[in-house]
Amino acid sequence: MNVTRREFIQITGATAAGIAVSGLGFGLSPVKSHAQMLKTKYGKETTTVCCYCAVGCGAIVHTSKKGDGRLLNIEGDPDHVINRGALCAKGASLLQLCENDNRLLEPMYRAPYSHEWKKVSWEWSLEQIAKRVKETRDASFQHKNAKGQVVNRTMGIASVGSAAMDNEECWIYQAMVRALGLVYVEHQARI
Amino acid sequence: MTNHWCDIANSDCILIMGSNAAANHPISFKYVTEAMKRGATLINVDPRFTQSSAKADIYAPLRTGTDIAFLGGMVKYILDNDLYNKEYVANYTNAPFLVNKDFKFKDGVFSGYTKMTDNTVLGKYDKSKWAFQMDENGVPKMDRSLKDSHCVLKLLKKHYSRYNTKLVSKITGTPEASLLEIYKIYSATGKTGKAGTSMYAMGWTQHTVGVQNIRTMAIIQLLLGNMGVAGGGINALRGESNVQGSTDHCLLWHIWPGYLKTPRASNNTLAAYLKKWTPKSNDPLSANWWQNYPKYMVSLLKSYFGDNAVLANDFGYDWMPKVDEGTDYSWLTLFDEMFKGAFKGFFAWGQNPACSSSNANKVRRAMANVDWMVNVNIFDNETGSFWRGPGMNPSTIKTEVFMLPCCVSVEKEGSITNSGRWMQWRYMGPKPLGNSLSDGDIIMELMKKIKELYHEGGAFPEPIMNLKWDYMTDGLYDPHKVAKEINGYFQKDVTIKGKFFKKGTLVPSFAYLQDDGTTSSANWLYCNSYTEKGPKAANKDTQDAPNNIGLYPGFGWCWPVNRRIIYNRASVDLKGQPWDKEHWVIKWTGSKWIGDVPDGGWPPLQNADGTPNPKSKYPFIMRKHGHGQIFGPGLNDGPFPEHYEPLECPVEKNYMNPKQKMSPVAPVYGTEADPHVYREGVCDPRFPLVGTTYRVCEHWQTGLMTRPQPWLLELQPQVFVEMSEELGKLKGITNGERVLVSSPRGTLECTAIVTKRFKPFNIGGNIVHEVGVPWHFGWRWPESGTEDAANLLTPPTGDPNTRIPETKAFMCNVSKI
Repeated sequence: MNVTRREFIQITGATAAGIAVSGLGFGLSPVKSHAQMLKTKYGKETTTVCCYCAVGCGAIVHTSKKGDGRLLNIEGDPDHVINRGALCAKGASLLQLCENDNRLLEPMYRAPYSHEWKKVSWEWSLEQIAKRVKETRDASFQHKNAKGQVVNRTMGIASVGSAAMDNEECWIYQAMVRALGLVYVEHQARI
Repeated sequence: MTNHWCDIANSDCILIMGSNAAANHPISFKYVTEAMKRGATLINVDPRFTQSSAKADIYAPLRTGTDIAFLGGMVKYILDNDLYNKEYVANYTNAPFLVNKDFKFKDGVFSGYTKMTDNTVLGKYDKSKWAFQMDENGVPKMDRSLKDSHCVLKLLKKHYSRYNTKLVSKITGTPEASLLEIYKIYSATGKTGKAGTSMYAMGWTQHTVGVQNIRTMAIIQLLLGNMGVAGGGINALRGESNVQGSTDHCLLWHIWPGYLKTPRASNNTLAAYLKKWTPKSNDPLSANWWQNYPKYMVSLLKSYFGDNAVLANDFGYDWMPKVDEGTDYSWLTLFDEMFKGAFKGFFAWGQNPACSSSNANKVRRAMANVDWMVNVNIFDNETGSFWRGPGMNPSTIKTEVFMLPCCVSVEKEGSITNSGRWMQWRYMGPKPLGNSLSDGDIIMELMKKIKELYHEGGAFPEPIMNLKWDYMTDGLYDPHKVAKEINGYFQKDVTIKGKFFKKGTLVPSFAYLQDDGTTSSANWLYCNSYTEKGPKAANKDTQDAPNNIGLYPGFGWCWPVNRRIIYNRASVDLKGQPWDKEHWVIKWTGSKWIGDVPDGGWPPLQNADGTPNPKSKYPFIMRKHGHGQIFGPGLNDGPFPEHYEPLECPVEKNYMNPKQKMSPVAPVYGTEADPHVYREGVCDPRFPLVGTTYRVCEHWQTGLMTRPQPWLLELQPQVFVEMSEELGKLKGITNGERVLVSSPRGTLECTAIVTKRFKPFNIGGNIVHEVGVPWHFGWRWPESGTEDAANLLTPPTGDPNTRIPETKAFMCNVSKI
């Protein structure tokens, strides 16, 4: 039988549980197997790669198919050829990164000289940002440099970020800021 | 990494220096441990006895910022004792190249030096003084017998003749016996069939000699024949899950996706640009892979502008921004300009510069000088909330801040690239929490809105209006559409290399990219990563390749073209047979290569009978001349690494170069927010302690993605300063006491941790103490009101090539509160 390590663990786990309860002579098995089924019956299983350091460890994510649709569990993926199921302290706490009361969940705005944040909508935020980008770009756009060479660039806006984005997001981000004419484009790799 | 994580298991000797892999890349130790079980030796060199030291066979201390002295001594040891791999060095490296007779090194500087006083940088070099001698065909002159007095090997020997163990020990504080022991054991990997590897991180890069730290190790690896082989290489342990990918896609001022050059103002047409940046080699044995540059650039422009990019408009080349020659736009300069009021707008997207930047106080003050700022993050951070941070008065700060919530990685789909260049696909688990959105959705929506505004006109709308922006499906960002664009498409029905390709299909590899607009590819390095079946990054085949060295070619995908060990054509002898028969990477069967994807399919340099094969190519195909560079004439700070002190150091003079204390070409910033204590011949008694920064296992980077988590915060709740028992005694500081750490830039309240892990150094007969502060903290979380960032202390300088800030070395003091 050709089984992966994870299937092996699942199979042997189930067998061991069966042997353990059968030895007691009465029916604890339904409770036990119900507990073991939780992840797969009520959870959608997906894989991920840890978002902290660049070892690239694999993890298995279980998301509830019911109720709030939130995370049930994240654990190291035993079938991943790099980490083989292991995770460090940070990777093992991935669930707490996602299901965290401190997360920012609404766009916020701080007006000039204000002492507080104000909750705002996405529509309003993106409109306002687009407007400011255009105003600043139009006012600071340089067609030519001091030597008279064509440079077509925006000197009034700078950008930093981000190695925390996916490859595809990084690509569209740099395409956006370069099309806007930014030359001050930097991120984590520099520091 | 030239190699990858699983490959560390193949090593015979592992040098962990400039990193603390056991704490900061813990899973890497799976492979370090596996190698050790096979009999490999683990060496760790670090200012502090770390978790990696605890696992090591040999540990040696060294004073922060003296790695070149340490490694330069190893170069001398290898050469003095004839321990280098002669066949490898003579045939695969530039050791036999003859250097221009103008090349000299005197009084701590190389020939061609001009001191500068009106600029951020201390000086500059005329690199033409370091050029190679060329023959009548324009090919570098070589002496493969390595006897010519101007050949690189002879110059190398002369340069490092000064690096004797007595002097090295005086500079580094490492006992001479430890130096000799480590030199001996590591050099033994020069034996044919043996492999040594280097695991480094920011402990090497964050210095005014950062690039040259790594260059010194690269020289050692080339001398010992450790490049291209299994269990060898130069392995940067990168710290962010996708910092490899974000670098490949070039979110950096100086490069465009796939490491293409950002156009300079003088590259006024696409033709002028391509002429300037496409290297030419006259050596028929040099693959000079970058000769394909025009294909990659034109394919990228086709991805930027789609059908709007045509030959008649130079594929939209004019629409993209150009930078001025000789001007720097990097991180430190960016915040210097911001401090001086140069910007009205600022994006801090998925990053926390208020804590991560060297001299963070300057950054925080600089942000008060912009009119508007966009801060995208998972948590409210010290950057978005800078206006209400320590010492700030919101009533006087004009900056408008838009703080946008992005979702976490498990709430979206897409790929990331690990340190070993493996691209892996991630899937969406739960939906984004609350009203958070993926970065992809925010970027797509924002640019859509900007495009709408430019419909009504504005300054130079062409690049904005012509930018291809069709990466959505049903109104949502679609990572697959971008991933396919990154791979690239055929733009029309075309036959290339005898194969027919239909318009709109995916390009199978960068060998098929064209410079006439026939193909698009948003990043040539990633061409081959997506097929009609889907992203190869999603592959999950756990079978190893037949050579059984942990390549796992069917697991994820790796650039370039799934080659797991780069420079692998240097892992074989001239006839194509592996140096290491047990852990072979590739081998020549007589008609083809087997094993890993070879670095080019050309036959070996020699036929089976020992005659040269004119169809072959040298193994270092990305170098113009095809050879590994022991002599590096392209760098800003010299062709050979040289020991210079950090900007702030505990010695009055550089013992190696009494007339030149720090790098003569380093940038040093000079606003009133950049105080520092550099002077030749003088130390500042106010700051007698060497300071450094480091990480702990339980937190990550500025801590923004770990400090708000209860488990991790409980494990590591506070910023601390670690010091030796000797220093604690001297200062009357006991373990657990709150103390103040101060540098010329700022002060930081910390909990003192007095340990045996730091020991005082003996530097030239003087006792020098070093302390360390983890850089994971900030005032926003936990909300104790006393925690803040270690980077409040760090200096306003960086590497002359990369301008990575010198956050690993500065001078400071510690006092009781």
